[in-house]
Amino acid sequence: MHKIKTIILKEWAEVFKNRMVLFTVAFLPLLFLAIPQFSLQSLASMEASDTEMEEMIELARVCQQGADLTPMECAESYMLELFIVLFMILPVAIPVTIAAYSVVGEKTSKSLEPLLATPITTTQLLLGKGIAAITPAVVMTWLVYGVHVGISYFRVSPAAWGTLLDPLWLVAVFILGPLLTWMTVTIALMVSSRVSDPRVAEQLTSLVVVPIVLLMIGQTTGLFLLSRELILIAAIVIAVVDVILTYFCIQLFQRETILTRWN
Amino acid sequence: MIKTTGLTKKFNEHLAVDRLDLDIPPGEVFGFLGPNGAGKTTTVRMLTCLICPTAGQAEVAGYKVGQDDQAIRQRVGILTETPGLYDRLTAWRNLLIYADLYEVDNGPKQIEKYLKLLDLWDRRNDTAGSFSKGMRQKLAIARSLLHEPEVLFLDEPTSGLDPEASKIVRDFIINLKGEGRTIFICTHNLNEASHLCDRVGLFRTQLRVLDTPAALQKGKGGRQVVFHLADAAENLPRYQNALVAMDEVNHVDIQNNKLLIRLDNPEQDNPAIIRTLVNEGAHLQFVGEVRHSLEDVYLQLMREAGHDA
Repeated sequence: MHKIKTIILKEWAEVFKNRMVLFTVAFLPLLFLAIPQFSLQSLASMEASDTEMEEMIELARVCQQGADLTPMECAESYMLELFIVLFMILPVAIPVTIAAYSVVGEKTSKSLEPLLATPITTTQLLLGKGIAAITPAVVMTWLVYGVHVGISYFRVSPAAWGTLLDPLWLVAVFILGPLLTWMTVTIALMVSSRVSDPRVAEQLTSLVVVPIVLLMIGQTTGLFLLSRELILIAAIVIAVVDVILTYFCIQLFQRETILTRWN
Repeated sequence: MIKTTGLTKKFNEHLAVDRLDLDIPPGEVFGFLGPNGAGKTTTVRMLTCLICPTAGQAEVAGYKVGQDDQAIRQRVGILTETPGLYDRLTAWRNLLIYADLYEVDNGPKQIEKYLKLLDLWDRRNDTAGSFSKGMRQKLAIARSLLHEPEVLFLDEPTSGLDPEASKIVRDFIINLKGEGRTIFICTHNLNEASHLCDRVGLFRTQLRVLDTPAALQKGKGGRQVVFHLADAAENLPRYQNALVAMDEVNHVDIQNNKLLIRLDNPEQDNPAIIRTLVNEGAHLQFVGEVRHSLEDVYLQLMREAGHDA
């Protein structure tokens, strides 16, 4: 555990010396905080007679079947749910490039060989790098979600606000989000330990985010809505996938290949 | 302390190290000499458990390569060909990471010790990226010593350094030698090898020769003595024939107006040689011993190795 902590602190010390990385870690969460607040503002400024408002209320009624809400509460609640998925995918977007660079970056800067010569195991090294990549993003997301919940308290009806504290969505933000993040980070680490050019690693790992972005588009455009069951099933499936991917990530990290093939 | 038997490494069809047999006792400074691409770094990587041998066995600090890799890594220090520092981090932070990874007791004290020994203490809070090449090399050496390894592998420790920085690094290695560590130096700096090493191995895929620098400089066929003559060139073959007939003489070469004679014991044999030459009518001007540099020996052996390959 001590060596994992050393790797985590080393990664952070290196990564956050780069102000652009710091900027991206901070910028995206703030942007994702602004989008739902801006949408709630638009909703509040709509007149009940607006065609768009009518359509929104109609769609919300369908989606919130059985809930005892007024049309406006229904629309607010629907909008908040639409954007919760943003907070689920937010931590996925941030650490991918950090993880993608972490192995191949050390190789190109020639710091990997002395590191691998220390008595650190591959599991310790990769867990350290993975945790270092996901933690800032996950913590930042949770903080931003807290701020979102706080601001929304003053902007939406109590009934709609309750949506943000629904256990289903809390599972989505606090469990499924980090699980999805770990999945992408392990894939990014696998790519990073198999390629010889940091640019290739970043290009390849950016593809990992595509299915999750499609999920977000589907949710925000109303193409489909994540249900309680779907979120729980997804959390279990992704947890299993994470364990399998972590195992493969460690197995695919071949010290000899990394040191000799990339010369 | 380091023992290899038939150690071999192949990368697909390319044979990088071929049946290397070494036995390096504790406290020895061993020079591993060879040209670029000879397989020196591959050998060091096998001995530090970074890559696996294709065949053969190796033991380092009493542990078997391939079986006790973690134990070996804990007991060896390595200076890689390039320092591989974290440029954005301070010198202190660079060392602290490695002190933690090697689980060094009282890491900060060890870091202070080596930063002071290598004259980097005043720059401890500067980033490694701001260091000169020599300072980076010294910092990498400090990193390799933090955990007080029993065996130290130095891959081209003075490569690319200016003469002053090279001297500082060499002097530091001499100090380490005094501490009784086993040091394995890969180099193609022959002057360095002859000054630092107890024994040297000339290597090019295979170990070509293994001996002390002095013995290698002595060369094959004994020591070489040069006799300068003030004679016409046509007389020299006659003198050569007279000398070849002597039991003491191993070999005679003619070079301009000089005779180059290989002898086992010049102190004992020179008077007889001089008498023979004078009796043949030679006009002797000067006698001296030819001292071969390690470089001569190295180049000759590498040429032979090239022909063999």
